[in-house]
Amino acid sequence: MNNLKTFTCTEKIKGENRETKLFTTIQEAIKASCLQDGMTISFHHAFRGGDLILNKVIDIIAAMGFKDLTLASSSLASIHDTLIAHIKSGVITQIYTSGLRGKLGEAISHGLMEKPVHIHSHGGRVHLIQSGELNIDVAFVGVPVSDVFGNANGHSGRSKCGSLGYVMSDAQYAKHVIILTEELVAYPNKPSSISQDQVDSVVVVDAVGDPAKIGAGETRMTSNPKELMLARLTTKVIEHSGLFKEGFSLQTGTGGASLATTVFLSEKMESKGITASFGLGGITGTMVYMLKRGLIKKLLDVQSFDEFAAKSLGENENHIEISANEYANPSSKGAAIKQLDIVVLSALEIDLDFNVNVITGSKGLLRGASGGHCDTAAEAKLSIIVAPLTRGRIPTITKRVNTIVTPGSSVDVVVTDQGIAVHPRHPELAAALKKAGLIVLDMHALYEKAMALCGEPQEIKYTDKVVALIRYRDGSIIDVVRQLAK
Amino acid sequence: MIQQKLRRSMLFVPGSNVSMVCNAFIYQPDTVMFDLEDSVALSEKDSARLLVYHALQHFTYKDIETAVRVNPLNTPFGILDLEAAIRAGADIIRLPKTDSVDDVLEMEQEIADIENRIGRQKKTMMLAAIESALGVVNAVDIARSSKRLMGIALGAEDFVRDLRTQRTKAGSELMAARNQILLAARAAKISAFDSVFSDVKDKEGFVYEVNYIKGLGFDGKSLINPNQIPWLHKAFEPSIEDITWAQEVLEAAKDSKIRGLGVVSIDGKMVDAPIIARARWIVDLAKASGVLGEEV
Repeated sequence: MNNLKTFTCTEKIKGENRETKLFTTIQEAIKASCLQDGMTISFHHAFRGGDLILNKVIDIIAAMGFKDLTLASSSLASIHDTLIAHIKSGVITQIYTSGLRGKLGEAISHGLMEKPVHIHSHGGRVHLIQSGELNIDVAFVGVPVSDVFGNANGHSGRSKCGSLGYVMSDAQYAKHVIILTEELVAYPNKPSSISQDQVDSVVVVDAVGDPAKIGAGETRMTSNPKELMLARLTTKVIEHSGLFKEGFSLQTGTGGASLATTVFLSEKMESKGITASFGLGGITGTMVYMLKRGLIKKLLDVQSFDEFAAKSLGENENHIEISANEYANPSSKGAAIKQLDIVVLSALEIDLDFNVNVITGSKGLLRGASGGHCDTAAEAKLSIIVAPLTRGRIPTITKRVNTIVTPGSSVDVVVTDQGIAVHPRHPELAAALKKAGLIVLDMHALYEKAMALCGEPQEIKYTDKVVALIRYRDGSIIDVVRQLAK
Repeated sequence: MIQQKLRRSMLFVPGSNVSMVCNAFIYQPDTVMFDLEDSVALSEKDSARLLVYHALQHFTYKDIETAVRVNPLNTPFGILDLEAAIRAGADIIRLPKTDSVDDVLEMEQEIADIENRIGRQKKTMMLAAIESALGVVNAVDIARSSKRLMGIALGAEDFVRDLRTQRTKAGSELMAARNQILLAARAAKISAFDSVFSDVKDKEGFVYEVNYIKGLGFDGKSLINPNQIPWLHKAFEPSIEDITWAQEVLEAAKDSKIRGLGVVSIDGKMVDAPIIARARWIVDLAKASGVLGEEV
């Protein structure tokens, strides 16, 4: 009792003295955040290629004279190429991200940064935050709609991005949270994805993102015969996997083949009278279509991949927003991927041991994203990797991938246009797929086919300098990316 | 014997389209038909010929039947195309614009000459495309004009121009030609192939047409887009009832052979050679469509 204070009379707080979170400019909000050199700032990538916040804020931070900051964005897209200048000038000296693309990826591959970039998965990012390694000092959260107290969501307003799943953990763990909103709505903007008790300040901005660029052409049904063929084969693999039964669950990504798979699978589900209990992950318009048709009972949405999904999240009670922690964090008390039956994933490269690379291209440049790849592959009952055997003159199946993002131990089936490889630990699945009339080949046979078509690719020459660390979902380093030799 | 191979889908591949020449085999049409004629611009005739010449010899086309549509022999390209295709080992030469028996005989002679010159043992087959009113009128003679002919095909685009009309979804403008070509082919015991369906996005219209020509009795159809292959194969997929019937027929035929009986009957109906052949065709179709496993 000795160290407890005794009550002293306080005056009633008057209206004009009431604490307010509203700042008129981003600069003022940054000043109030007590941001200092050497700290960590965070952003989310719900707008993907249409993001307008990250560049704007970092320009301001640079103009304010801050240096030596760590940038933790849930991912980065080509639109963030302007970061190159801020890295050169020492404003940003370290990066944590799931993806790197465009000129930024290229420049980092050529040794732009002193400290290596940390490439994490979506689940792994939350793990890094919770474990204390990724200590966010100030989180900048771009949203289409918020109230004056910071209750914000992504599924209403002019520029809908849909789920704010990735930034929920930032809002929860960051020391200081700044909401940058396009529209201010009346209090209380509830229910909300970001809650008032997490938010320090609110700034109204002209524009947070361009929703039309979220999907960037990946949301239309493809007419590419190879992609359609891959989708047909993938659908057949799912159909004969032993998991295709009432109440199964599914995750697919973006891209032509993945999207077409959901379309073909819908037809199969309708004809067989099978419905799925839930669809997970990045949600596309086709998944929304399946929900509306009653083919899927619920969608668990960590990221809305197009405008249809963003809109549906606000309208359909069975389309549910989940955080990255609920989605895929390996140390979460309950990640939805642990309930997942089937995931369909893509690949830049797959090797003889079924390891998958989704981050470096055939020239060794950083040009992809880890995303939920290793998270879902590890936890889903069946992980299917879909990729053409060759892309132009480039083989997809290689002796050894440039960079391991997902270990072969998590991969179950690889679907290519010239044959399907099943991981040797599933002989019964290989037999079932063969019986269904699919061409099932040993991975070595697929490799030989690719080599016969393309020839052995020239070895990429690297220096010793490490430019990126590939963090596995548990935080361990599964691989490194080295600087390209000149 | 030639006509027994299953040829539902014959995919046209423009000889000048590098990507398609490299990739066409993955779609597994029954026959890949490299085109050096109408789909290739004048300025690309030589490069297309060279490309197809190399593709034909590549291992990716070893397990798939190949045809080459050459330019007419009265053009500067025809004989060069023919020489390249035969030297590279094409299975079939597709004759463009066949109007008369002479067109077939002239091509047959050129093919034989080239085969002799290079010492090719395997006889190159021919497929005559009938693309004019004159050709349709002469179809019966054309179909019977050469042992190398494995089939005749309707080339509808040029044909309707010759008729001074255009193609419609209903296809009544092609009715006479289709029936004539089919009858001519069957009379000569060779295959009959229908023309391409150009609107690659119209799946419904395509499937309607396939069902129609299949009903008439055509063996297959020329295709211009790989996406049409699964649609076509699906339409040609035999029903479970047909497959069961065919299996019963083949079983009974086998049984009667073992027992040394000449004629078999199933459910009181006599089963003779044409019926057995029909049953075998259905089982082949079923296997190719993936409805029946290889073990049958």
